[in-house]
Amino acid sequence: MFRNSYDSDNTTFSPQGKLFQVEYALEAVKQGSAAIGMRSKTHAILLTLKRSTGELATYQKKLIRIDDHVGVAIAGLTSDARVLSNFMRQQAMRSRMTYGRAIPVGRIVQSIADRAQTNTQEYGRRPYGVGFLVIGQDETGPHLYEFSPAGTAFEYYAHSIGARSQSAKTYLESNFESFENATLPELINHGLSALNDTLQQDKSLSLKNTSIAIIGPSDSSSDIENIKQSAAAKRGNFRVWENEGVENLLKAWRRSRGEPEDGPQEETTPPTAEQSQSVEGSENAPQGAPAAGTTSEDVTMEE
Amino acid sequence: MWKQPAPANSSFNEYNTFPLPQTQRGQSSHAHGPVGHTQQPLVTGTSVLGLKYDKGVMIAADNLASYGSLARFRDIQRLHPLGKHTLLGVAGDMSDFQWLKKELDALLREEDALALTDSHPSLSPKNIYELLSNLFYARRSKMNPVWNAVLVGGWDKVKEESFLAYVDLLGTTYSAPTLATGFGAHLAQPLLREAYEAKAGIDGEGPLLTQEEAEKVLEDCMKVLFYRDARSINKFQIATITSEGVTISDSKSADTYWKFAEGLRGYGAQTQ
Repeated sequence: MFRNSYDSDNTTFSPQGKLFQVEYALEAVKQGSAAIGMRSKTHAILLTLKRSTGELATYQKKLIRIDDHVGVAIAGLTSDARVLSNFMRQQAMRSRMTYGRAIPVGRIVQSIADRAQTNTQEYGRRPYGVGFLVIGQDETGPHLYEFSPAGTAFEYYAHSIGARSQSAKTYLESNFESFENATLPELINHGLSALNDTLQQDKSLSLKNTSIAIIGPSDSSSDIENIKQSAAAKRGNFRVWENEGVENLLKAWRRSRGEPEDGPQEETTPPTAEQSQSVEGSENAPQGAPAAGTTSEDVTMEE
Repeated sequence: MWKQPAPANSSFNEYNTFPLPQTQRGQSSHAHGPVGHTQQPLVTGTSVLGLKYDKGVMIAADNLASYGSLARFRDIQRLHPLGKHTLLGVAGDMSDFQWLKKELDALLREEDALALTDSHPSLSPKNIYELLSNLFYARRSKMNPVWNAVLVGGWDKVKEESFLAYVDLLGTTYSAPTLATGFGAHLAQPLLREAYEAKAGIDGEGPLLTQEEAEKVLEDCMKVLFYRDARSINKFQIATITSEGVTISDSKSADTYWKFAEGLRGYGAQTQ
């Protein structure tokens, strides 16, 4: 039943000084698919790898808008993420309504970290099984934070969480020094390269499994963002690009690597624009053609 | 100025005892027992004046806290700084003012503590004013008003411009380059506007008053108020809020002229 005798009660330390339930919660985060966050002087971005629960299901969303100036990427239990992100939305709205001020990013992250911490100290509760990467901008510029179910919130230049995130971290660690002064397209290309490193051998980034969130002014010198389609992009607010919206971003990244623009051809489902019929706002409708050979990690019960 | 509720059983306050303790108060009772709400002010401050000038904002208020018509406390400061770039000038109930000071100071202390970790700038004058507006409106909606009229003066560091706005016990809010509460709204506001518009024009496009000019206008207005508002005294302070921060002057008085009083007949001790 229990793996060890300190499992039944999350508030009791093991003789080794561990709270096992907290450690298991951190494992739940590792089971979720990868999310990557990065920050430059002007922008903060999130990149996530979406998974679907089955061949007839949509790919599960991993990016949540909190407010104009804050958004999160999740890894772990989606239901816990919804509880926490709803709380963040309330905090953000409360600040706007009482002070007329967008809540400072560090404070909104600290508010959920404080909630998570109580769950590690009070009897009869369990830790949240989800980790967040939070991007936002406030009067002190763009920010990237990691929230973990242990109740911590740390700020990063670049970070990754979720399955195989160590590979992305390796990429980020060897490249982060150039992020500070990177342009938005450069930053995204680095992010996609890092995200690509989290994939299994036979998998590749596609319109269906890649989503990107951006905070900061859109880049006028490139066409990676369809500004006409997004008022948020025009204003530099939090926006998410997925499905067709992410096409130009992926193409630009492949071009920067000297690969064919349309991606690897032997891919199970060639992600052409005609095939993915879904548009923004209809993500819950099942997608057109199910992927022919979708197996293993793409289909799990998590997320 | 501050409305005196008539006792329930008579149409006027016969012995003018208000607001002394024998005045009947808090008669309403509730199924769950009596609920105490502020239904009248007791110790009150009178007008507050505010004026934008070329370097920022000035706010003036006298040093009197009256007990009804008695000039009870003559050394009360009604100008209260909040952080580096905001200042409140408060008229109305002085105990509500003291409560307001306590609450806002606590809030700003908490902001400062949080800023130690994230270096985020503290609440701007606009943020504080928004909070006050919400607070005053919420409290009046609970039939338990914060019995004050407040001028918020400040310097917006982001926009590099001055801030001046009004909020009162009803939750009424407005903003203008010259503002006054209470009697001042009748006696001083026209004088302030005249001086402001003489340079800036009615559209406010022209140059603003200089520091010296603004101070002169405010001192003149405080003098007029002292002459005509029976709840005022000739001892007041002027606060200036600029990009440099808040400064509050020492108490000062206006030069007054009373010679004409000798010619008056019908009042006082003369026997014709």
